[in-house]
Amino acid sequence: MSITLPNPKLGRRGFLKAGVAAAGGLFIGFNLPESSKLQAAPTSATKLNAYIHIGSDDIVTFEIHKSEMGQGPMTSLSQLLAEELDCDWKQVRTEFAPLDPAYGPLQGTFGSMSIRTCWDPLRKAGASARDMLLDAAAQKWGVAKSQLRTENGFVINTANNARLSYGSLADAAGKLPVPAKVAVKDPKDFHLIGTSPKRLDTPLKVNGTAGFGLDAKRPGMVYAVLARCPVFGGKVASFDDSKAKAVPGVQQVVQISRGVAVVADNTWSAMEGRRALQVQYDEGKNANLSSASIRELFVNLAAKPGAVARNDGDVNAAMASGAKTFQAVYEVPYLSHAPMEPMNCTAEVRPDSCEVWVSTQIQTAAMGAAAKITGLPPSKIQIHTMFLGGGFGRRGGDDFVSEAVEISKAIGKPVKLTWSREDDMQHDLYRPASYAKFAAAVDKDGWPVAWDTRVVCPSFGGLRNGVDRTSVEGIIDLEYNIPNFHVDYHPPDVDIPTTYWRSVGFSQNTFFSESFLDELAVAGGKDPLEFRRHLLTKSPRLLAVLELAAEKAGWGKPLPAGHARGIAVVNNIGSFNAQVAEVSVEQGKLRVHKVVCAVDCGHVINPAGVEQQIQSGIVYGLSAAMKGAITIEHGRVVQGNFNHYDVLRINEMPVVEVHIVPSQAAPGGIGEASTPTVIPAVANAIFAATGKRLRKLPILPEDLA
Amino acid sequence: MAVTFTLNGKPQTVDVSPQMPLLWVLRDSLGMTGTKFGCGMALCGCCTVHLNGQPIRSCVTPISSVTGKSVTTIEGLSSDNSHPVQRAWLEVDVPQCGYCQSGQIMTAAGLLKKTAHPTDADIDEAMHGNICRCGTYQAIRQAVHLAARYQAASNADGRENKGRA
Repeated sequence: MSITLPNPKLGRRGFLKAGVAAAGGLFIGFNLPESSKLQAAPTSATKLNAYIHIGSDDIVTFEIHKSEMGQGPMTSLSQLLAEELDCDWKQVRTEFAPLDPAYGPLQGTFGSMSIRTCWDPLRKAGASARDMLLDAAAQKWGVAKSQLRTENGFVINTANNARLSYGSLADAAGKLPVPAKVAVKDPKDFHLIGTSPKRLDTPLKVNGTAGFGLDAKRPGMVYAVLARCPVFGGKVASFDDSKAKAVPGVQQVVQISRGVAVVADNTWSAMEGRRALQVQYDEGKNANLSSASIRELFVNLAAKPGAVARNDGDVNAAMASGAKTFQAVYEVPYLSHAPMEPMNCTAEVRPDSCEVWVSTQIQTAAMGAAAKITGLPPSKIQIHTMFLGGGFGRRGGDDFVSEAVEISKAIGKPVKLTWSREDDMQHDLYRPASYAKFAAAVDKDGWPVAWDTRVVCPSFGGLRNGVDRTSVEGIIDLEYNIPNFHVDYHPPDVDIPTTYWRSVGFSQNTFFSESFLDELAVAGGKDPLEFRRHLLTKSPRLLAVLELAAEKAGWGKPLPAGHARGIAVVNNIGSFNAQVAEVSVEQGKLRVHKVVCAVDCGHVINPAGVEQQIQSGIVYGLSAAMKGAITIEHGRVVQGNFNHYDVLRINEMPVVEVHIVPSQAAPGGIGEASTPTVIPAVANAIFAATGKRLRKLPILPEDLA
Repeated sequence: MAVTFTLNGKPQTVDVSPQMPLLWVLRDSLGMTGTKFGCGMALCGCCTVHLNGQPIRSCVTPISSVTGKSVTTIEGLSSDNSHPVQRAWLEVDVPQCGYCQSGQIMTAAGLLKKTAHPTDADIDEAMHGNICRCGTYQAIRQAVHLAARYQAASNADGRENKGRA
């Protein structure tokens, strides 16, 4: 059997297709994984399909095939299943599903796609199981199925009000054929979808019992850390482990492909051993790479035309005939994901099998890494998904899995590999730096007639006709009515590993484009809200969130002295949101007081979950706007810990208000929706407050002085 | 070196290197993984436990300095999620990924011991050392205020019950 690995050239739209394909094969069997401590599976559970088991004790267990990294699929996917199954919500338990083809060729959690890709198939899975329970009851009673109904975990005979619990029917239902076709509920009959039951994972997360990757433990397990070449692309030349081995608790030192592993009785001894380890590295060709040299490369490329990413009308002619033209350069640095749980993986390689316990966003990739290193067929490898202590795109990588599996294979023992915070920050797969040149022309009334952007940004999503869509999204898909619109792109060749970072290209491009648009509005003496309103007449959903955010924020109404508002809007991940930020700048100190967000994410499954994700994305975006920068010197990352890569703290938290636009449209994504928007909303507010236009992140005190 | 201390109300002896941080003694030697590793430098608050009732960062606390003292971890706050801070966290549904929440809860519990009715400024002062990358800060603030009310109510109940007895 071959393994499907994530194809970096697929990009997120390719992933979307893979996710939809996953909807096809719902009903393939698999074994139950280990249960978490507080959520033991019933002893006699019957599997009705890949997502649903029902026990004779009426406990309903849902297999959650999406990784829980805070964004709430344990709860929201359960709502989809429970709504159609008509079970008792209080009897619902969950488990993280194993890797199984039933969940698609690429099993993973990315691109804010869980609800979008599960909306149809999971409701159908719930309805299908319900149908089988109805059939079982009809047979048991010898009555027509049409006179039966379901409610809260029971099948009820409407003729005589007799009741049979799902648990009492599960065994018989499990022997029936899966219905070829089932109807799902009319949304007006939903009683669970659209409500906010408490998150199912909260009880485990307030008493320390939720099992994260770093909490995995195996009998006979040892602990490892890995010394890696600090320079990207470098390798180990030689090492002397005599001092490391002298550290109490250190058992073994072994070289693997990515570095030198120190194996010990506990994590701390392994870390002390690594401190004592002496390694000579061959730093390779990147030994002189620096942020300055990378920027110089970007600037030089930006002087030449790139691959065309969008071309409407005739930008050159419109620029020449415009009443006034504008130019600006925007740029952002590399960023680390910095999830609170550093990368880690526990692996147990045996001669004939392998098990991996890991907080991963892509189970298929974890499997691929383990299979490659062990040479074992996938049937002999088990991937146990743990709770993720944050993901944000980073945990789609399989580098930490490869390392742990390779160490376990080398030493013949189960091993937990822990990355220190410094390892995590200096060997991340980063959000790429980006450099973009903007030009625009406006007519005599100040309305834009031409827009031109040249983006220079390292590619990781693969090129199509020379363009990496992830590098230009947020610009090429702008919906403003500007008749002449041109975007071109250069992928500079830089040896720094990069990957998806919450909201991907939008994380920088929405800052660029919504700020530049604001420049055009202000230059023409136009109100930024009115300017956008005028240019978005063909985009009703964008217009609606814009109007709602402005209304709820009191756009145009008086503010305390020194306070000002900024606005921005975005269409990403199938959702639409607008934000109004209220800021002040006093003696160079920026304070974000309030952010009002209006969001249209289509049909809402769990409003509280939407609000959580909007707040979350705003905090993530604010950290990037106000603090985040990974810099490179001598081919290595300068920052190592939160003292040099700070993030937003509670004392800097603005009041965040979330307003949801009611919608019956198909659900959009939510996890990445709000991150892009907050950055230009804040930057535009700073301009309104101070007259300073910020074209570079992070926003430093000296930029505001 | 054998070190004896009180852990969640019970005597505990471990035989480890005196420099080994309390965090790793808890997690690796004793298998109590509710306390989390985030930075190793007292910069993020994930590893917060109580030492003689005060919140401390266990990642920079050598086990030798704990000798004879009393340590409370998230596992010792309550066995049934009944501590006022846990109840408030449940009611507000604070956690997202949840990784930082043991530390957030221990810091909040420490704050409420000292300040029964904290203001927003008190919360900022006590909790700005605890990072949450999921951005649950607004929910944390709400939950700390709620926990203060729960604590006051249970103290009042306690006094009433004492009065009856």
